[in-house]
Amino acid sequence: MTVARIERLSGALAEARPLREVALYELVRVGARGLLGEVIRVDGDRAVIQVYEDTMGLCVGEAVSPTGAPLEVMLGPGLLGSVVDGVGRPLQRLADATGDFIRPGTAVDTLDPDRKWAFTPLVASGQRVSAGDVLGTVEERPGFVHRILVPPGTDGAVERIRRGEFRVTEAMARLAGGRDLFLSHRWSVRNPRPIARRLSSRRPFLTGQRVCDFLFPAAEGGAVAVPGGFGTGKTVIEQSLARHAAADVVVYVGCGERGNEMAEVLEEFPRLTDPRSGRSLMDRTVLVVNTSNMPVVAREASVYVGIAIAEYYRDQGYRVALMADSLSRWAEALREIAARLQEMPGEEGYPTYLGNRLGKFYERAGLVRALGEPSREGAVTLISAISPPGGDFSEPVTQASLRVAGALWALDPALAHQRQFPAVDWEVSYSLEAGALTPWFAEHVGPDWAACRSRTLELLQRERELREIAGLVGPEALQDGDRLLLEAARIVRETVLAQSAYDPNDANSPPDKTYRLARLADALRSTALAALDAGATFESLNLAAAGAALAAVRRAAATDLDARTAEAEAAVAALAVPPGQAGQVTP
Amino acid sequence: MLLPRRYRGAHAAAGPLLYVRPTPNAALGEWVTIRVPGQPDRRGQVIDAGADVSVVQVLEDTLGLAPATADVTLTGEAATAVVGRELLGRVLTGVGQPADGLPPPVGEAVRPIWAAPLNAVRRERPRDFIETGVSAIDGMNTLVRGQKLPVFSGPGLPGLELAAQIVEGARAPRGEAFAVVFVGIGITARETDMFLERFERSGARERSVLYLNETRDPTIERLLAPRVALAQAEFLAFEAGMHVLVVIADVTHYCEALREIATAREEIPGRRGYPGYLYTDLAGIFERAGIVRDRSGSLTQIPIVTMPDDDITHPIPDLTGYITEGQLVLSRDLHRRGVYPPIDVLPSLSRLMGAGIGADRTRAGHREWADQLYATYARGREARLMATIVGVASLPEADRRALDFAERFERELVGQGETRRDIDETFAMGWRLLDALPREDLTRIPEAVWAARHQETS
Ligand SMILES: Nc1ncnc2c1ncn2[C@@H]1O[C@H](COP(=O)(O)OP(=O)(O)OP(=O)(O)O)[C@@H](O)[C@H]1O
Ligand SMILES: [Mg+2]
Repeated sequence: MTVARIERLSGALAEARPLREVALYELVRVGARGLLGEVIRVDGDRAVIQVYEDTMGLCVGEAVSPTGAPLEVMLGPGLLGSVVDGVGRPLQRLADATGDFIRPGTAVDTLDPDRKWAFTPLVASGQRVSAGDVLGTVEERPGFVHRILVPPGTDGAVERIRRGEFRVTEAMARLAGGRDLFLSHRWSVRNPRPIARRLSSRRPFLTGQRVCDFLFPAAEGGAVAVPGGFGTGKTVIEQSLARHAAADVVVYVGCGERGNEMAEVLEEFPRLTDPRSGRSLMDRTVLVVNTSNMPVVAREASVYVGIAIAEYYRDQGYRVALMADSLSRWAEALREIAARLQEMPGEEGYPTYLGNRLGKFYERAGLVRALGEPSREGAVTLISAISPPGGDFSEPVTQASLRVAGALWALDPALAHQRQFPAVDWEVSYSLEAGALTPWFAEHVGPDWAACRSRTLELLQRERELREIAGLVGPEALQDGDRLLLEAARIVRETVLAQSAYDPNDANSPPDKTYRLARLADALRSTALAALDAGATFESLNLAAAGAALAAVRRAAATDLDARTAEAEAAVAALAVPPGQAGQVTP
Repeated sequence: MLLPRRYRGAHAAAGPLLYVRPTPNAALGEWVTIRVPGQPDRRGQVIDAGADVSVVQVLEDTLGLAPATADVTLTGEAATAVVGRELLGRVLTGVGQPADGLPPPVGEAVRPIWAAPLNAVRRERPRDFIETGVSAIDGMNTLVRGQKLPVFSGPGLPGLELAAQIVEGARAPRGEAFAVVFVGIGITARETDMFLERFERSGARERSVLYLNETRDPTIERLLAPRVALAQAEFLAFEAGMHVLVVIADVTHYCEALREIATAREEIPGRRGYPGYLYTDLAGIFERAGIVRDRSGSLTQIPIVTMPDDDITHPIPDLTGYITEGQLVLSRDLHRRGVYPPIDVLPSLSRLMGAGIGADRTRAGHREWADQLYATYARGREARLMATIVGVASLPEADRRALDFAERFERELVGQGETRRDIDETFAMGWRLLDALPREDLTRIPEAVWAARHQETS
């Protein structure tokens, strides 16, 4: 057989021939250094290949060899706590192989081939198994049970299965007919993993961010779009969720963003504990990293590597959160490749299939019944940051995301400039799930949750109208009732919605704390309004003291929360002026 | 390694491009030399390699280049730069040739200018405070070693002056001097002279290398200049263990060159004619800032971006902001009112500030101090806006206080002029402004910070 050779090189694309037998999306090794590439077009015996690694120095005439498989990631124990590049290679082992700077053409597998894992079988010889069945378990991290599944598309009777220590590539079971089963299997990342069925979600994905949980809640298994101009706080939200959100596993895809942000995660996560499990945060985290200076083609792949890993843990019955920062960089990578292929550009130069691809990606989020026995429910919740050019949401990536996302947390540069963080714009943001989640909040947090939420939204809406008027006539010219609403809204913004990611007491707000603050602010407004009705004047109300007491609840350590809450309740109650005394307060 | 391959005559030429054929083993990115009798030698780079025909982008002007008579050599080598400590004190062109009348530098090593990306797991998180001597930076938007913090300037605003001031004033935590790598891209002779003169005066010359791509130099050299300079900066930082400040002026000229060349290559234009890969291209420059684990130096970047039309949503500042770790935004309004440096702290931000400040770095209570100044200033600015509609008299008392504060903040804290302030002076200045306000206005200053501060001053 003749060896295929490079005939042309342009940017990240290579053309090679003869390659008559290759399939679309088949992985190939390009050139003497064996750079990873993927076939994206076949025309007769000529194939166009997108190369995942830097093509500088690649030479016409160098050989290209097909691998017979698409881009796959190796799924098995050892993923948790690891940091992989856009095509699933662990960065630590790349560093061991080539030093501080990444050199193209290094082949390392996603999972450590030498590490041994203690496997406990859950099925017996002779038993019939099919795709998704739990064959047994491995303790991947202290206390974290990794379920070893029959790979999709596989079934048969177990001929033998062994307890013991195995490497990820050693067979611990065999099916009748001779098929070996391992602790790991490969999965083609562009394919969604099969499930038994989708379930509709009635449980919130608790983020620990008050503005999100209270005003614009996401459902477990839902998808949220988080668009915002630069510096509006997308990454801080994604990282806060990676720390505090109620998830068993977090897959964080740094897609075309900053290396220093990854360094921050890598430095902090191992030292922080996940309060739910008591283990290091890194133990529930998988990082997929393609920083903005790494090859663009791998950026396009990185989100698929991330979601394939997320689906794998979902299939084991876990609640997985996938953070994608930022999906715009993925879309731009797609655009760059399409431009090189001279495809007809659509809106803003993006290929016309952008919406379709994006939709398919979002569709991989969901709450599902996993394939196989014993029965398991798992979820992938997707939180994707979007970086619209100029912060303008009318652009294609934001718009395509809005068509499929269940919630929008729109970040506003004006709020960010006021240092109102998280800068979630309450006028633009929404949650399509809020209604379906109401019963859960009523049952698990408090009966008044939904009503309190609508009153808060209403107050914020009213504030906006009043501010417009105040801007014309001056705040002093407003009536007392309106001045009170402005003040009450300010207190809502500063104590309920604002949340500092850097204050250890404030960074995470469990639903109970969120509810307390929301109710206090709501009571503050209604009590003060009643006092006005009873004859008090705006000036006579000690709103500053009540506001400060609420702020103290916001900043309270968990151990002080009850005491601060009691004080705040007292301060709010003190706003009620007995009717008879109203005349005495102000002359 | 490829051997040089020589061609007598190129197949075709168009604009800055030369087509050579047949090229059965051309390498992508390899360096090309072009000789035409009676003309100075030209250089180029293979930007599209094909067995049949390859495309060479010529660095120099192609005026008078007859493809048929050109003697073209594909060198088999990548674009490289000479780097080393002995380059300190030198003035070079954008491609590293002498521009100071001295012989070409020998250097300590030759490095490719298209660097491999730093592996993210080998990055050290930046956290060492750099005292620039500028209050609006040190106090409000703290710079740390390994950060990339651009200055968003506007036509006619003193972005370059501010960069020069930062470079002169910068002090590291333990007093280590910074080496400076300055890349002038398409800047005017006047601007270059200003920079040179200030460096001379402050004694910064011996610890700096200047790469100057002047307006008259070939466009393509503008694309190489920052990479040549960064190859040198990386050598100083990561191999010679120095702390390096890189000033890139002006990123806007760089982007315009990129657009010009993309157009010449007939690529599909993106927003406002800039290529769709502008983000990736700029990231390839800015992401070279940082600190590498277990190596002692650091590379900090201060790129200058001139916002066309003062428009921060223009693709150049927009994409820059999406890559860098914050921005220092200059204001035309402050400039008109004679405030220097005219830094508008509201849209400015240093994203790495948190890691670089606090008790054992700058001072305890720094965060709260800055938050309070920021909040009161923001309120004053809002009040100023409102006052233009409803009049100062109809503002509430507290708004009027904030309004006065904003005025003083701009004149006294931000508008420090050319003098250098150390961090203690910056704090003292901020407190002085806050002291003019009643305690109840200072909602961002918790009791503990307040008490600590009063203990100190009494
Ligand atoms: N919840 C928060 N609490 C405190 N500060 C915040 C918060 N959110 C954002 N910030 C501030 O805003 C800055 C920018 O946030 P971030 O880096 O998340 O922006 P971004 O939207 O990801 O920007 P880019 O698109 O450029 O990556 C942070 O460095 C921090 O100073
Ligand atoms: Mg970000």
